[in-house]
Amino acid sequence: MSQATTEIRRISGHAGSVPGEGFSRDYDVCKLIDTTTCIGCKACEVACLEWNGYSFTETTFDNSYQTMPETQWNYWNLIKFNEHEREDGSMQLLMRKDQCMHCEEPGCLAACPADGAIVQYANGIVDFQQDQCIGCGYCITGCPFNIPKFSPTARKVFKCTLCNDRVTQGLEPACIKSCPTGCLHFGSKTDMKELAENRAAQLREHSGFANAGVYDPAGVGGTHVIYVLHDATNPEAYGGLPKNPTIPLTVRLWKMPLKWLGNFAIVGGLVGLAVHYLRYGTKTEEVEEPPEQAEQGAKR
Amino acid sequence: MKDEARLLPNGRILRYTFVERLMHWLSALSYVYLLLTGLAFWSPWLFWIAVVLGGATISRELHPWAGLLFVAATFWMYRTWADQMRETEVDKEWWRALPHYIRNEDELVPKIGKYNAGQKSLFWGFFWCGIALLVSGVILWFPQQVPWSLRFLRYLAVIVHPVAALLTIALFMIHLYMGLAIEGGALHSMVRGDVSKAWARAFHRLWYEKVLNESTSRK
Repeated sequence: MSQATTEIRRISGHAGSVPGEGFSRDYDVCKLIDTTTCIGCKACEVACLEWNGYSFTETTFDNSYQTMPETQWNYWNLIKFNEHEREDGSMQLLMRKDQCMHCEEPGCLAACPADGAIVQYANGIVDFQQDQCIGCGYCITGCPFNIPKFSPTARKVFKCTLCNDRVTQGLEPACIKSCPTGCLHFGSKTDMKELAENRAAQLREHSGFANAGVYDPAGVGGTHVIYVLHDATNPEAYGGLPKNPTIPLTVRLWKMPLKWLGNFAIVGGLVGLAVHYLRYGTKTEEVEEPPEQAEQGAKR
Repeated sequence: MKDEARLLPNGRILRYTFVERLMHWLSALSYVYLLLTGLAFWSPWLFWIAVVLGGATISRELHPWAGLLFVAATFWMYRTWADQMRETEVDKEWWRALPHYIRNEDELVPKIGKYNAGQKSLFWGFFWCGIALLVSGVILWFPQQVPWSLRFLRYLAVIVHPVAALLTIALFMIHLYMGLAIEGGALHSMVRGDVSKAWARAFHRLWYEKVLNESTSRK
């Protein structure tokens, strides 16, 4: 990353600790969302729209606080509100900020046929390059989180960039900057993982959330957006967060075995036809035997 | 529909009417476009084909429309040719004689009507693959319209579409090879419609005899 060269090591004439010193700036970036301290204020939704230059879109009222049913091509950050009934019958309002998870093994990238339309940077950010996008929508099928959205006007697909433009300038994503409760954190994957595990342990030991844990699904190689959940055994309760997300089986079959089988069969077929031509050549209309002989030939 | 083949005044035999040739070339043209753009999306090594054909965005836009054209031609062929493509008794014998057919030992291949069992398989292969490609293709055309709860449809489509396409590629390669390289006169018959008596006699003896009989009885 470009700002790696502008990391501060020493500053002149300064008493006390140097700001940013000792802070890990690994190439792997990570966003940590602590759902247990989210208050559902939607500041992150607004900040996302403002930074990325989208105007407010029409909201959909469905008897909850939720702005709309799912993210849109020009609305990349959406808090999902879920009224969860506990075992004792009491209600728990679960709020989860939904956006691209920036998978280590991205299904969108695996499914995309367009040269350079989806890029995964060394820091883990998965970004769509709309100038290379051909609008086929295979990424929509490849994604296990229902994130890439097709724009009917641009005829291309859009999603959260993890504020790649900000991160390369050494800033945190816009959503992080706007969060008033501090439930959003941004840093290296190692640091965020540690912070998340500590928070989960705190929830288990002191707050009575026995199943509290960290959501960093291994099925997609881990993600560069991780959650702390009150109940990590039931992520589906948080607006359909998949328990074990993977790249869909048929996408994997299509991109690996079928592709090689198909290529092999096509090339093999071409070679086979060429060999046939060299060995047997063309059919001829002339050399046919008289009918009687042909019948004898068939008996032989 | 009934075979409209007949003996022409110049002594040759009309094998394909103008309408049959038209729908064949309509399907051929759309298929070749679908094949080329499809291969561009199939493998990064072939993505350049889409660039040559005006850019991958254009290819993605037009591929489904070409698909509709191809399916229309295929259904038209079904209406016209399905009756002539039904399996007959001689087809089983023909399959048994396939090694002779491959080795060009045509005198050891059973006498057949207008189409041999291989040609019939080509027809039905393209027909059924065409339906599979149509159904999966409509889903791939508008993946954003498929709700998340029905996402298994998308998962099915991304595997059904290439599998069916690969099957048609196998059929297409054999069809092209037979028509262009192996059976002299086959290409001409699909362009101008007529074949020589010797050609008909050599490759479609029962059909040849039927056409001759009908022509004499008509006189």
